[in-house]
Amino acid sequence: MEMLSHDILIVGGGGAGLRAAIAVAETDPALNVAVVSKVYPMRSHTVSAEGGAAAVVRPDDSFEDHAYDTISGGDWLPDQDAVEAFVNEAPRELVQMEHWGCPWSREPDGSVAVRPFGGMKIERTWYASDKTGFHMLHTLFQTSLKYDPIQRYDEWFVTKLLVDDGRCQGVVAIELATGRIRGISAKAVIICTGGCGKVFPFTTNANIKNGDGMSLAYRAGVPLKDMEFIQYHPTGLPFTGILITEATRSEGGYLLNKDGYRYLQDYDLGTPQPQPVLRSMELGPRDRLSQAFVKEQEKGRTLKGPYGDYVNLDIRHLGEKVINSKIPFVRELCLKYENIDPVTDLIPVRPVVHYMMGGIHTDIHGATPMEGLFAAGEAACVSINGANRLGSNSLTELLVFGARVGRAAAEYASGRNGGGRAVAAQAADEEERIERQYRRGGSRSGGEKMADIRQRMHDAMESGAGIYRSAESLAQAAQEISTLQDRIQRLALDDSSQTFNTELVAAVELTYMLDVAETIIHSAIQRTESRGSHQRTDYPERDDDAYLTHSLALRQPGGAPAIEYQPVTITKWPPGERIYGR
Amino acid sequence: MQVTVEIYRQDAETGASRFDTFIREVDPKDRVLDVMMEIKDQDDGSIAFRKSCGHGVCGSDAMMINGINRLACQTLIQDLKGSLIRIEPLKGLKVLRDLIVDMDPFLASLQKVTPYFIPKTTAPVREQKQSIAERQIFDDTTKCIMCGACTSSCPSYWSNGEYLGPATFVKAHRFIFDSRDGGDAERIEALDDRDGLWRCHSIFNCTDACPRDIKITQAISELKRYIVARR
Ligand SMILES: Cc1cc2nc3c(=O)[nH]c(=O)nc-3n(C[C@H](O)[C@H](O)[C@H](O)COP(=O)(O)OP(=O)(O)OC[C@H]3O[C@@H](n4cnc5c(N)ncnc54)[C@H](O)[C@@H]3O)c2cc1C
Ligand code: FES
Repeated sequence: MEMLSHDILIVGGGGAGLRAAIAVAETDPALNVAVVSKVYPMRSHTVSAEGGAAAVVRPDDSFEDHAYDTISGGDWLPDQDAVEAFVNEAPRELVQMEHWGCPWSREPDGSVAVRPFGGMKIERTWYASDKTGFHMLHTLFQTSLKYDPIQRYDEWFVTKLLVDDGRCQGVVAIELATGRIRGISAKAVIICTGGCGKVFPFTTNANIKNGDGMSLAYRAGVPLKDMEFIQYHPTGLPFTGILITEATRSEGGYLLNKDGYRYLQDYDLGTPQPQPVLRSMELGPRDRLSQAFVKEQEKGRTLKGPYGDYVNLDIRHLGEKVINSKIPFVRELCLKYENIDPVTDLIPVRPVVHYMMGGIHTDIHGATPMEGLFAAGEAACVSINGANRLGSNSLTELLVFGARVGRAAAEYASGRNGGGRAVAAQAADEEERIERQYRRGGSRSGGEKMADIRQRMHDAMESGAGIYRSAESLAQAAQEISTLQDRIQRLALDDSSQTFNTELVAAVELTYMLDVAETIIHSAIQRTESRGSHQRTDYPERDDDAYLTHSLALRQPGGAPAIEYQPVTITKWPPGERIYGR
Repeated sequence: MQVTVEIYRQDAETGASRFDTFIREVDPKDRVLDVMMEIKDQDDGSIAFRKSCGHGVCGSDAMMINGINRLACQTLIQDLKGSLIRIEPLKGLKVLRDLIVDMDPFLASLQKVTPYFIPKTTAPVREQKQSIAERQIFDDTTKCIMCGACTSSCPSYWSNGEYLGPATFVKAHRFIFDSRDGGDAERIEALDDRDGLWRCHSIFNCTDACPRDIKITQAISELKRYIVARR
């Protein structure tokens, strides 16, 4: 097969991918860098982030405090050396965004405005209205256009990593507009494909978040780290799962149960005050808030709606002016999708799958254990998020570790040779596999239906690996996913066109999701403790003696992954109690 | 409730087109995008359309729904009068297949106004200052999601594909009216051209079509006035 070729290939044009591309171009302009993305970069999921991006900026704030908030928020699972690098480099990255034109919201004196956020001790969340991710992504996309060495493959879909001699040397991708399958060789590949919320039925995540890069790396033999840690955001709209940003609570919103009672006070999160109090009540960490919802539900104190149980988010007391200036998009979303006006009405909300703490195992520079393969963003696990990410750390993570991985990959690639003949042969094999499995597939009558498999995966994940799990629920889910892994081999497809065969893409994405589901479940089975977002009803306590460790899920031929462990890096903050509101 | 959905189909290889009709039971709060995905899941997996965020911020799924350009993820069944839903691709852009149009010319047009920030001064160590009022001046035009609904609703664009089109003007406005930006000269050269601003006849189709409610015609007239004043 005739190969395309680049020095550095980035899979993913979201915040992490674009930041990495710019870092490569700035580190070594002689390197030729390409960004492959299955959607136009500005359609990437970073666009949906609303609330903000965290970095120390106020004189009364400190790196130590940001680090401590992050580590305690992550229930002592974050690697502390990574967190220290993160908080140190965060302000520089956000200022850099400002210099690239990001339209941050402003304080009266013209400096960048900050707002409080859940689990953060002080106001350090930079924001651009309530469209922060949108503005960051567009700013990065616009800035990337300035650099000639950055080439783009928009609407190309990656199906395989090319690995020879233990080294990642490129990818295979389908050009969606023509259906052509091409090998692209590279000296270094950076995976920035984002999260995998679509493994679950009820999620804030975009349709494109299917864990593609995680699965690609896993199939190539790279471990996936801490996959059992899934973040539920406490406030999603019940029908659609559309996110109501945490900024509603940082501006002063209350969470109320069916009696109009601020129920979080019953869950060791502090005492209710009229004004928002940092690291307390509604500004507690997301894992604790989502868990409190389930407890309220069990007590029969949530409300019943046509789309499941819910509680109310009350922002009426903020008044129309604050709502319109600080969180206008929240009002727009409520009016549009729920036909309610938060100026006068309560917003119905319930916990919704939001973010993947785990991901491709990398070091502090974004390098994976495989030579030539790097990763950053939500697809990666460095880890700074541990067992529970703090809101607004993720957007900053894209920048800090996007920049780091770009520099590291540039350094690695300089003076190295590209992919050889062996990878071209692999690419040809992959072309044959795609043709055979998806284009010359069976007919409807014979094969398995994609929607069926997806539905069953969703049911298995929701009932087996949700906010609370047990050995039993997880075992059931494991059984189901393993059956589905079998069934998906016999998929029947309707579409045989070469042009924009979106059904083929969805089928491959479903295989990615099943892999990811499998690693989530098996990592969760093995971790017999409760920590952060991983809550086992059969093991309700945190167990630092046994599990102050990262899980690493390694693919085994034809079956469940093997789970290995690696100790957490502790620098300054020995494990302690997570204290909120007292 | 029951709806009848007519979806435009165009074969990529032959160019032949038709409408396929589906009858479905839906929730009035369903997004048109939900219904399309359901049809794709249950009835015909070969229907091709783009989608991503599902709530109106990524710009993937602009299409013509009952004759009006809108986002399928932002249009609820209850927003449409009646139970007939007719879904067609955007006009004025080449249809590649079914509801997927060629966005490349649209994006290429944006490139002509240097669509990135050019700092006015060498940046300070910290952030550049900008007052709340200065930030407000270009707030509206920062909201563009590049979906193409405006440009593909514009008769001037239909008649002349070289015309820069409203989305490009919105992008130019976002930078020109940003107090921190100093790249006016290059942008104005592209705007003050035969295929630039002056081909806009203030028909307001773009403003009506914008799913983010950007006051596009107003932004265009601000640009026109700015250019004239600089002459
Ligand atoms: C609704 C919502 C609100 C959020 N709000 C906040 C917030 O306020 N603050 C915060 O810090 N975090 C927030 N987050 C989290 C944060 O937005 C994400 O973690 C982050 O944007 C992920 O960025 P990324 O660059 O890693 O991936 P993405 O932006 O998801 O980009 C992934 C890229 O990979 C490409 N890709 C994927 N698979 C393939 C493939 N097979 N072939 C080719 N290309 C592929 C896609 O096309 C895309 O370009 C929010 C998340 C959600 C869901
Ligand atoms: S899917 Fe993103 S705008 Fe509709």
